[in-house]
Order: sequence, then structure tokens, then C-alpha cells
Amino acid sequence: MPSVHKAEPHDHAHAHGSELSETELRVRALETILTEKGYVEPAALDRLIETYETKVGPRNGARVVARAWSNPEYREQLRKDATGAIASMGFAGRQSEHMIAVENTAKIHNMVVCTLCSCYPWAVLGLPPVWYKSAPYRSRAVADPRGVLREFGVELPDETEIRVWDSTAEVRYLVVPMRPAGTEGFSEERLAALVTRDSMIGTGLPKSPAEAP
Amino acid sequence: MNGAHDMGGVHGFGPVEPEPNEPAFHAEWERRAFAITVAMGATGEWNIDMSRFARENRSPADYLAKSYYELWFAGLEALLAARRLVSAEELAAGHARGSTRPVKRILAADEVDQVLSRGTVAVRESATRARFKPGDRVRARNLHPGGHTRLPRYVRGHLGTIERVHGCHVFPDSNAAGAGENPQWLYAVRFEGRELWGAESDPKLKVSVDAWEPYLEPA
Repeated sequence: MPSVHKAEPHDHAHAHGSELSETELRVRALETILTEKGYVEPAALDRLIETYETKVGPRNGARVVARAWSNPEYREQLRKDATGAIASMGFAGRQSEHMIAVENTAKIHNMVVCTLCSCYPWAVLGLPPVWYKSAPYRSRAVADPRGVLREFGVELPDETEIRVWDSTAEVRYLVVPMRPAGTEGFSEERLAALVTRDSMIGTGLPKSPAEAP
Repeated sequence: MNGAHDMGGVHGFGPVEPEPNEPAFHAEWERRAFAITVAMGATGEWNIDMSRFARENRSPADYLAKSYYELWFAGLEALLAARRLVSAEELAAGHARGSTRPVKRILAADEVDQVLSRGTVAVRESATRARFKPGDRVRARNLHPGGHTRLPRYVRGHLGTIERVHGCHVFPDSNAAGAGENPQWLYAVRFEGRELWGAESDPKLKVSVDAWEPYLEPA
């Protein structure tokens, strides 16, 4: 059943047959109408899709984190003006207009959610995954974050403080995870390869050098 | 509105199920629904707060039965219908019919990169001073407006501490209603887990929400 409290429906009921689902037909019809009226330009639609499928994604955020790990001046800039620090690397704009970077430490673990919809820092992480937009995550991240983390395979010590940031405004949060041990002397590029999307949402930890490809 | 979208603390939705190597979209119609929604947003016929309200403003059963992009699409249909940009007759026919009202602007392919990288800034100049400063104790007001609001139910009535002052931001409650941007000071407000969820809560949990000044009172 299509529902936000389970995974995204993939319209498998019809996707493999010649018959289109009602939703597919409605979307197709509306796109046709909007195009005929001149309200949307088909090439612009293709460009929007291409941007978020191929250009903007969590590799952007990983580069920001890797630079913060290796460059203390950049880290300070990120603390004071995350929007500016991130823009200086060429990442800015839609759904990332007002950025704040929150840093994990040995004592504090940060985690980001949007309980009301799906707010997410597109310019640094791309479009949000289905689980981030799903009812299980939105309902439990603020009340039982440790339980949610366990479902991601992350077990934190009881004494670690968990800071959850509910993105209820246009401010977007990027978690700066702790730099993994054994990465002394790594280049930014090598460090970026350790930074996972989930570690920048706070539901995961960066890879160790041994886990890196 | 106290709708199904306001999910913080609700029980019974089950475990979080991450999908390994998840694609950006799961079907062609999701791509198209995403793109026409973003492109129509760029026409300036409505604002982001109106979009959010159009998605959440439905019965809880309907909200929960729809997938994410089904909600986007339903929101888009509602916005287009309310502004008489697309008629029921046109939807039934699958084609434009009769006269077409011009929109303020149309997103061209060669403008997409620039429009996306510029985004829509929500900060505004303020004529007033912020009422609160970091460290101030505040209580989230016990508000239940029927229209759009961004104060989640799970913090209403609870005591918190001002953590950051974000600046003066467009106020969604006004903006979604077409009553103007009415900019208000915006704060990150931190709540202790036990204040929100009771004595059984994780003692090491702190939850912050971003809350506009009208949502808060001194405590």
C-alpha cells in the first residue's frame, strides 16, 4: 500500500505492464497541460531532474566535512558562518539558504530530523532518502533517537548526550562527524571518501580507513 | 493545523528501514512530479509555506495513505485548482482548454542552475529587537491554529532555553495564509528530553526546534 509510514510505493502493480497506474496517468496529464499552457518548459524539467540525480548529492557535504577536519581555519569559518563557508566551496542555494554546522564530539552526538515534513540541506546532501521522509523516522527521532540509531547499527555510550535538531524553519543543519582515528596525514580527498551521507544526518558514523574502498 | 504531518512522538509506525544504495527517484512519475512542482514553484504564484500547507492540509487518513511524491503532487493539484490555473475539465481531458491566464514568470532551462544556486532567502531586515537572547528560559505557547504553523505539538506548553538567535525570518503562519511575510525573530530553542517525554525519557536527550517569537513566551 502506498503510504508514508512504510516505504515509498514503487507502483510495481503496473510498472512492468503496459497499463499505467492512476498516479502515473495524472502526473503525465498534468505535465502535458502545464506544458501546453506554457507554464513549464520541458527542458527546464529535465534539467531539474538531472541536477538532483547526477550533480547535487552527499559528495558535496563530504567535501565540506573533509575540509573542516583538515583545515582549522575552515572549521572556524564553518562554526561562525556555515552558509558562507559552504558557499565558498561552490555549494549554495535551494534548501540550504541558512546553514548551521553542528559538530559531534566525544561527549555530544548530533542528529537531524524534520518531524513536520522533509526539510533537508539539498545543496550539500541532495534530495532526502525515503527513510528520512518516513513516518517511523519523523515520529521517533525526537523521542527515541537511541532506538533509531540502533536500527542504523549505531550504538552510543549511555553517557553520550544526544542532540536532536528538528528542522522546523528554513535553517538547515549539517552534522560534522568526528574524524576517524588513524587518518593522520590523509588528504581532503581521502578523508571525503570516509564521510557517509548518514554521518552528516547523524544516523551514522564515518567509515574507518579500513572500511574505505 | 493539528494534522497527521505533525509526527514527533507518535507511536506505532514501526522501525526505520533504510534502503541501501537508494536512487534519487523510484519511478519516472516521481521525477516528473518533482520537476513540475519545483518549476511551478518558480512561477511565483505561491510561496513555500503555501506549498507545505497544501500538502499537509488533508484528512489524517489521506495524508498517511499517500507516499511522499503523491503528497507533493496532491499539493500541486490543490494549488493549481485554487488559483484557477488548471481546471477540472482540463485534468479530465489531459489537455489545455480555452484561455490561459499568464503566470508571473516561467522557469527557462538555462536559468535552472542559477535559480537553484540562489535559492529563496528567508531572512529579512527587522525594525524590532529580538525579545530573547541565548540562555533565556521560554515556554512554547499552547497554540492550536487551524492553518499552517511550524510549532510541533510535542513542544507546545513545554519549557525550553534559547540556544541561538537565527535572525528575523519570514513567518510561515502568515505567509502560508497569504497575509504577508510578517517577519519575526527566529530562535533555536532547546528542550530537555524529560521535559518533553517525562521521567522515563533518556536523561541525556536534548531536542531543539526552530521557533519564531510569536510561538514563545518568557518563563
